[in-house]
Amino acid sequence: MKSLQLLYETRSNNKREFGTTSFDQLVETVITPEVLQILSGRGYEKILIQIGKGDFQPVQDDTHVEQIIEYYRYKESIESDIREASLVISHAGAGSVLETLRARKPLIVVINENLMGNHQMELAYQLFQDGHLYYCKCGTLKETLASMDEGQLIPFCGGEPAKFAQFINRVMGVM
Amino acid sequence: MILYIILFLLFVFFIRTIIILKRVQCNNSNSLVAKIPFVKVMAIIGSGGHTSEIIQLIHSLSYTYYPRIYVIASSDKMSQDKVLELEQKLQVHATQQHCKEHYQEFCIEKIPRSREVHQSWITTVISTIYSILHSVPLLLRHKPDMILCNGPGTCVPVCLVAFFLSVIGMKKSTIVYVESICRVQTLSLSGQILYYFADYFFVQWPQLKARYTRATYLGLLVN
Repeated sequence: MKSLQLLYETRSNNKREFGTTSFDQLVETVITPEVLQILSGRGYEKILIQIGKGDFQPVQDDTHVEQIIEYYRYKESIESDIREASLVISHAGAGSVLETLRARKPLIVVINENLMGNHQMELAYQLFQDGHLYYCKCGTLKETLASMDEGQLIPFCGGEPAKFAQFINRVMGVM
Repeated sequence: MILYIILFLLFVFFIRTIIILKRVQCNNSNSLVAKIPFVKVMAIIGSGGHTSEIIQLIHSLSYTYYPRIYVIASSDKMSQDKVLELEQKLQVHATQQHCKEHYQEFCIEKIPRSREVHQSWITTVISTIYSILHSVPLLLRHKPDMILCNGPGTCVPVCLVAFFLSVIGMKKSTIVYVESICRVQTLSLSGQILYYFADYFFVQWPQLKARYTRATYLGLLVN
C-alpha cells in the first residue's frame, strides 16, 4: 500500500523554534479535497500525519475521502514510519530532512515561513538545489504534487567520515 | 614593585597568546604535538542532530584513539544513551580485531549546559562563566591530546579553557571543530568563536569554505 508520511519534526525536543500555526496550515492544505484527489490519483491510500503540538486535528468526516488518514503527536522513533512511507512531506527541519533522505524516500519540503532566515532552511534549500528533494510553499504544494516525478530525484549519498579520520590521523601523527 | 611584576607577567601572557593564536591560524600547531602511541580524545557531545554527527565521526576514528572522554550536558539523557550504544559497538569491534587492551577505556563526564536556545544574553554570560569554571578541573584531570566538537554550546567554554592551558604551557590539546552539516551558508555561534581557536576547523559545504578560508573542506563528512 502506498502511503504518505507528513512530518512535523522528528524530535520532540527543540520545539521552541517551530511555530505550530504554519504547520497547521500545511496539514489543512494536505487534507483539502483537491490535494487528496491528486494523492489518490497517484495511488496514495494512506496518509499518516505527525501533528506535533499543532491545534489542528484532521477529522475524517468526509465520506468521499478514499484514503485512510491517521495522525499522532509524537513517537519515540519515526524511523519505521519513514521506511514504510512512499513519500514524505516535511517542514524543513534538518532532522526530518536528513532522516528521510537517508532512508532513500522521496521528499517534499514545504517551507515553513516562520523559519525564514533560520539556518534550518539552509540545508533543505541546498539539498533542493542539488536535486535531492522537492521544495515548495504551502500554496504551491498542489502543483508540486501533481507535476513531480520521484524518479528524477538524485539519491543522497551522505558524507564520508573516513576522509575525516584519514586527515586526523595525518595531523595527529598516527600511522 | 609587585605591580611591575604583575604587569610583566601579563605582558608575557599576552605575547604568548598572540604567538599561539598565530600558530593555530597557520595550522602549524601539530609541531607542538609529540608523536604518541595513542591519542586521548575528549568529545563534546551536544544534543539531537549534533550528537548523531559526532558519533559518526568518533566511529570513523581508528583504534589509536583512546581513552575516550565524552562530555555531556548534565540534562541530556538521550545523548548518554547514544554514547553507550556507540561504545558497545566499538567494544565488539575491538574484541573482533584483537585491539590493544586499553582501547576499551572510556568515560562520561557531565557539565552544566552553557547556553539553552533562546536564553537571554546576560544569563548566557553568567552560565558560560559557570561552565568555564567547571571545565578547568575537567581538563586538568584528563589532559586530552585532542578535543573533538561540532558546535553545541558546551564546547565553547571547554575549548577556551583548553586554549588557555596551551597558552600557559600546561597541556597542548589539539582542538578539532567540525561544523554541522546543517550549516551551509553561515557558521553557528560556537563556530564563529572557535574559528579563531580551533587547530583544525572543518566545514562541510563549499560555500562556507569560500567565506572562511582557514577552514578545511573535505566534502560532506557525515550523513
